[in-house]
Amino acid sequence: MRVRFWGTRGSIPVALTSSALEEKLVAALVKAAGHHLDTPEKARTFIAAELAWEVSHTFGGNSSCVQIETGSAEYSLCDLGSGARPFGNHVLATHGPGKGQTFHVFMSHVHWDHIQGFPFFMPAYIPGNQIRIYGCHAVLEEALRRQNQAPSFPVDFSRMGAAIEFVRLLPGRRYEIAGLTVSAKLQHHGGDSYGYRFERDGKAIVYSTDSEHKQEDPAETQAFVEFFKDADLVIFDAMYSLADATSVKEDWGHSSNIVGVELCQMARAKHLCLFHHEPIFDDAKLATVLRETRRLEEITRRDHRLEISAAYDGMEIAV
Amino acid sequence: MDLAPRRWADTVVLAPAGRIDHATSEAFQRALQPFMERCAASQDHLVLDLAGLEYISSAGLRVLMLARKQAKAQAGTLAVAALQPVVQEIFEISRFIGLFDVYASVRDALARISPPALAAFDAA
Repeated sequence: MRVRFWGTRGSIPVALTSSALEEKLVAALVKAAGHHLDTPEKARTFIAAELAWEVSHTFGGNSSCVQIETGSAEYSLCDLGSGARPFGNHVLATHGPGKGQTFHVFMSHVHWDHIQGFPFFMPAYIPGNQIRIYGCHAVLEEALRRQNQAPSFPVDFSRMGAAIEFVRLLPGRRYEIAGLTVSAKLQHHGGDSYGYRFERDGKAIVYSTDSEHKQEDPAETQAFVEFFKDADLVIFDAMYSLADATSVKEDWGHSSNIVGVELCQMARAKHLCLFHHEPIFDDAKLATVLRETRRLEEITRRDHRLEISAAYDGMEIAV
Repeated sequence: MDLAPRRWADTVVLAPAGRIDHATSEAFQRALQPFMERCAASQDHLVLDLAGLEYISSAGLRVLMLARKQAKAQAGTLAVAALQPVVQEIFEISRFIGLFDVYASVRDALARISPPALAAFDAA
């Protein structure tokens, strides 16, 4: 399997600002002083070897949308945040509009940042495409239809030409969908959210975003350890610091890098990917959080090494 | 969990040791609670001497957060002191370092919190 991140930002999309871009250019040019970078190849080599990732790249700003590639011709996707827009454009660029595609979309919940990409998901407007939207919320269909209604949007849901179907899932059950064994788990979040565990060919990917871990009940913690058990990849809501998540942002429905490391260590998961980034954090801040999280894993490691990464728009992880 | 309480005038120093994790955080909370009830204006100041603490997980930090909230509500003084390097890093990464009054040593904490407690500490 391969995971592609189309949207990784939490709560609201953000864009790199002009001043932030200028600061990156200043840092790069100062670092390049004395280097003879007179060809694109030399410049690319310099960028890869000499510049910090957060200077040469950006984490990106689209809200939650993650693709799981299985090798099947059908597409599997988690959430329809604004990252669904570039994903849809990529599909159209790959196949053209004339060839019908099938999409399986697993919805964590229907908060705005997880559905707002759907009105801009071009395959939804093209007859011949099939879109099956899975979720555990009774209001799933209503929420998606409502955001396309006037006065919020000019094109009504009924004018979407694709065959769109909503499929209600029950948490705790195992489903066979699009070549994946899928199970959902209730999470603590305003209006509820659901994490998904996807299994195929002995590999497991967990998508667990918008999930607060209050740690008041050891049984609840253990239930997440079981859900994450031996996963090859855990995509985890690490939006806040633990201090914020347990004080001023308590009950805001999000978790921290610290809890992510602990749950993955207890579950003996192999790879923790920090996700649903705080929109006020710039690239330097997110890189710091990643460095600190790797350090935390290092100083708390016992007999199990956990790989740590931070998702960015365009990132791919082979599982 | 034995917190090895020591009283210096109007200040109580507690010394949790070992690991406070998901398995031990509830015991830590139960042991701490009687002292928290007296951590209030005109009663006791409280200092957590963490010199013997090797590790604290998020569950343990949650107990400290609840204690901080209780102390604040009661207008009490709660401080932590003598963090080992690993615990210091956990406090920094979790950003708890900015929420608590953290001192390099118990003596430094007493010097800041209570002159009578410092005098008693130095005289011992």
